[in-house]
Amino acid sequence: MLDFFTGHYAYWFTIILLCVGLYGILFKKNLIKKTIGLAILQISVVLYFVSIASKWDATVPVLDPNIPVDQVASYLNPLPHTLMLTAIVVGVATLGVAFTLLIAIYNRFNTLDEQELIEKIQ
Amino acid sequence: MDLSLVPLMAILVSLIAVVPIMLSSEKPNLREFWTILAALIKFGLVLTLLPGALEGESVELHLVDLAPGLPLALKADPFGVFFAVIASGLWIFTSFYSIGYVRGAGEHKQTRYFASFAVCLSATIGIAFSANLLTFILFYEMLTVATYPLVIHNEKKDGIQAGRKYLAFTLTAGLLLVAASALVYHYTGTIDFTPGGVFTDVELPHTTMLVVFILFLAAVGVKAGIMPLHGWLPAAMAAPTPVSALLHAVAVVKSGVFAVTRVVGFVFGVDVMGDYGLNDILIVLSGATIILASLIAFAQDNLKQRLAYSTVAHLSYIVLGVALLTPFGMQGGIMHIAAHATLKITLFFCAGAIYVNLKRKNISNLNGIAKVMPWTMGAFTIGSMGLAGIPPINGFFSKWTLALGSLEGEMVIPVIILVVSGLLNVGYFFPIIYRAYFKPGEGLEGYGEASPLMVVPIMVTAVLSVLFGLFPNLFFGLYDLAVDVSLSLFNTALP
Amino acid sequence: MIESHLPAYIALTFVLFSVLIPVFGLWKKELSQPLAVIGSGIAAAFSLYGFINYLNNGAIRYYFGGWEPPIGIEFVYDGLSGFFVLVINAVAFFVLIYSGEPSKKEFPGKEMPYYALAMLMMLGFNGMILTGDLFNLYVFLEIASLSGYALIAIGEKPAPYAAFRYLIIGTAGGTLYLLGVGFLYTITGTLNIIDMTAMMPMFAESTAAVAALILMIVGIGVKAALFPMHGWLPDSYTYACTSSTALIAPIGTKVAAYILFRIILWLFGIELTDAVAPLSYVVGVLACIGILYGSIMAIAQSEMKRMLAYSSISQIGYIIMGLSLANPWGFAGAMLHVLNHAIMKACLFMISGNLRLKEGHSDVSRFDDSYRKKYPWTMASFSVAAISMIGLPPLAGFFSKWYLALGTIDNSNWLFLAVILISSLLNAVYFFRILEKVYMMDPEKGQKEPKDGTYNEVKASMLWPTTIFAVSLIVIGFANAVIVGILLDIFPM
Repeated sequence: MLDFFTGHYAYWFTIILLCVGLYGILFKKNLIKKTIGLAILQISVVLYFVSIASKWDATVPVLDPNIPVDQVASYLNPLPHTLMLTAIVVGVATLGVAFTLLIAIYNRFNTLDEQELIEKIQ
Repeated sequence: MDLSLVPLMAILVSLIAVVPIMLSSEKPNLREFWTILAALIKFGLVLTLLPGALEGESVELHLVDLAPGLPLALKADPFGVFFAVIASGLWIFTSFYSIGYVRGAGEHKQTRYFASFAVCLSATIGIAFSANLLTFILFYEMLTVATYPLVIHNEKKDGIQAGRKYLAFTLTAGLLLVAASALVYHYTGTIDFTPGGVFTDVELPHTTMLVVFILFLAAVGVKAGIMPLHGWLPAAMAAPTPVSALLHAVAVVKSGVFAVTRVVGFVFGVDVMGDYGLNDILIVLSGATIILASLIAFAQDNLKQRLAYSTVAHLSYIVLGVALLTPFGMQGGIMHIAAHATLKITLFFCAGAIYVNLKRKNISNLNGIAKVMPWTMGAFTIGSMGLAGIPPINGFFSKWTLALGSLEGEMVIPVIILVVSGLLNVGYFFPIIYRAYFKPGEGLEGYGEASPLMVVPIMVTAVLSVLFGLFPNLFFGLYDLAVDVSLSLFNTALP
Repeated sequence: MIESHLPAYIALTFVLFSVLIPVFGLWKKELSQPLAVIGSGIAAAFSLYGFINYLNNGAIRYYFGGWEPPIGIEFVYDGLSGFFVLVINAVAFFVLIYSGEPSKKEFPGKEMPYYALAMLMMLGFNGMILTGDLFNLYVFLEIASLSGYALIAIGEKPAPYAAFRYLIIGTAGGTLYLLGVGFLYTITGTLNIIDMTAMMPMFAESTAAVAALILMIVGIGVKAALFPMHGWLPDSYTYACTSSTALIAPIGTKVAAYILFRIILWLFGIELTDAVAPLSYVVGVLACIGILYGSIMAIAQSEMKRMLAYSSISQIGYIIMGLSLANPWGFAGAMLHVLNHAIMKACLFMISGNLRLKEGHSDVSRFDDSYRKKYPWTMASFSVAAISMIGLPPLAGFFSKWYLALGTIDNSNWLFLAVILISSLLNAVYFFRILEKVYMMDPEKGQKEPKDGTYNEVKASMLWPTTIFAVSLIVIGFANAVIVGILLDIFPM
């Protein structure tokens, strides 16, 4: 049983981060905090992808003259990392748009509290 | 001569007439000319199909596929032609009468009125000539939509309420029809109207069959005014009287009973109906409707409301005849479509003439009016005698055949229902006639007959009713047609 | 050899025009909208040509840079993607023509960034549909979403807040989808859809596969506004400007529905989807609840745009329900409804836009019978679209319901059949309410002729797209047998 927890600790970490992010999105009233929750949620998925690429006794996927060419297993899987580069860029772009919208909201309503916003809209 | 396009042309002629009617909205005479012209052309086109129908032939036309394997198909079979002749023939009278009525009553939005009227007729002929359920649904819904502007025509509160009620009933019915047709398609692989039914090769559990039948019954029962689905009909009396006449005598409710007959004879087939005992439901419902509606009619003081409940009762005569599943019963039911159409249109025309001329709606106000409107009340008398089943007017003949049909099926209760309801008919119609002829009237000085545009159609339909009663085959061989249709449904059932 | 490069051309057209519009727009901002129209027109022409080509010669797989999958990224132009691409590009073309006038009024001077964003969003949508790679799909999803958030934020005062909520929920959904892709990548080692499809039977009972499927359905369900993940939709559609709503409402949720089609029917296949738990049924039930919820909420609204937004939730339910039936009729009904609903919703949102431009509001309770005289063509189009939404023959809306009904009967799924029927009635309630207001005089006031009822129709560039959509509903109604014939061939099983 303990093995199940310790053997998958990277995943548990991911899951905790995911839950923290979801909590922020769902329950925080301040829109900035919501945005932070969103960022944490995205990062948790990025970390998941990075963690599935890792291996024991393997090195970065750059051709190493000391390792024979046919020992592919000695390199990390480079694909998740490249994917996550894109995903991080997407995440940054999302945050950029989110903050732009927040500025627009603040300029129009003078508040970033969800409760007050809903009252002001109605 | 190739007749295959005639059914399509008969449908389209009044649809196309909508365009000139709308365009000539500023010139009432021209606009009404288009209506009359379309009515005459339509009737002529339908008549060209009659000789073939009398020979038992059908004219078929496949247009586009509406769905894969389900074409938009028209088929002018004898039964369809029978209905089309009545509907298009009576449209001519209704058109003349409408002109007199809307001008006499100074109705607003007359263009919309005549345009909707024309669309209604297209839909009715479409219903008559539909070759399969999908085509039928198309025209059935078209009729619903086209009738709506007529029902709410006065745009007062009661009219709008009636319109909502009408839509609630008919749209629900349309949806159930879609569901029922989809089920038929699923179980049998076809939705063509076939004499003898489409279920002949399929064995289905009794409950399944019952569910499909009840869906159909609820779907077509609304327009056929079977209790408890009749609620919209009295409410729709808020419409102008020619509309009521059209709804009751020509298009909507007759489409309903036509649909019942189609479902019983051409979807389920008489054998299947009998085997699964489905007709018992129909007999019970229609029998109850006949008695109850007649009783309710007594309580109505508004003339049109009384006529409305009378319609509900008489529609169930037709349903009852069909449900008997005997050749005579079927024949009587089909004949009663024609009989009730001519009689009820006469009665509604009379009610409209009284309203336009004297602005009176209630029966208690009709004392002595026969003195100022002798022709109208004469026609009214003929119509009510006919509906009560007094010979030689045409209502008698169909009732007689219905009674024969129930005896043929060795059933006595339907006969009793017919007799009782005949008495009830007398009971609720004759007080009107008595008041009109024998009670002294008040405030009738200076009034005369209604405009000739209204009186002439009234007289013509009344005379037609008598002539149909005396010589059922005189016009267009309708009697032979009814006999042929009814026999064709039973012949195919023989091995 | 245009055919072999066609999938790339469609996407690249939007890339090209999203660059051209800023370049020319800086010089003359009036050029932005015509350029956007030309861009989407070219893409629509490519899509049409591609679909005809698909019918004659079959699917096209385009390998970017010549790298064959699973190494490279591919675009797949098969029946499903071809159909969706054709629908969204054709609708977008007409909507962009329409948006010229309202954009001048709603955000004067900002046409250049607006249309550049619109092109980017269309790039995202087309990419999502055409790509054969799950991660690539995520990237396109985010491209489309990010530009979509920006487009929605242009509008009334609360629009940025609506957009922000959409952003939070939408990005969370996208992230869950990405996590699902991660799971699938872990077990199969590939991201290519066709490649993965071949491997999926090996992982039929794998928890990771089921978890991935659920994550993807939830993630994409947010984008598709599948109940109960629809919360972002009403506010976004209501507060966004006319041009944005008319562009996003008919297209956005459909593209998300496409992904669900691709995942459930193609990638997993219906057997695998239901291997562990009856997921397709659960999705179908959610769709049913969405149908009823959307219809009932629509009845409760008096603002026309908000009413249409709730109606969208209901209509997307039809599409998802047809998907969950997973039989040929249900599939054909759902796909036909994608087409019908795209056209109907675009038409209806355009009509609300016409009224907003002329009357300054689209509040149903303030409609009166002078509209009949003032906007005869707009109102005629409304009647057609409304009757089609209700589902009366021979208009297009009837037939999608007919096929869906056949599909539910084939599965003996009476619950879903009842939902279809009830929802049609509810649709009738909220659409006839408007027709009654517009075509009848107020019984309370009882005036004979409407006052100030002079002809005051919108400009041709707005009127024509509206009426063309209305007419096409009639045409589709009569031609649906052809379309459904094609759709039945696309069905994968």
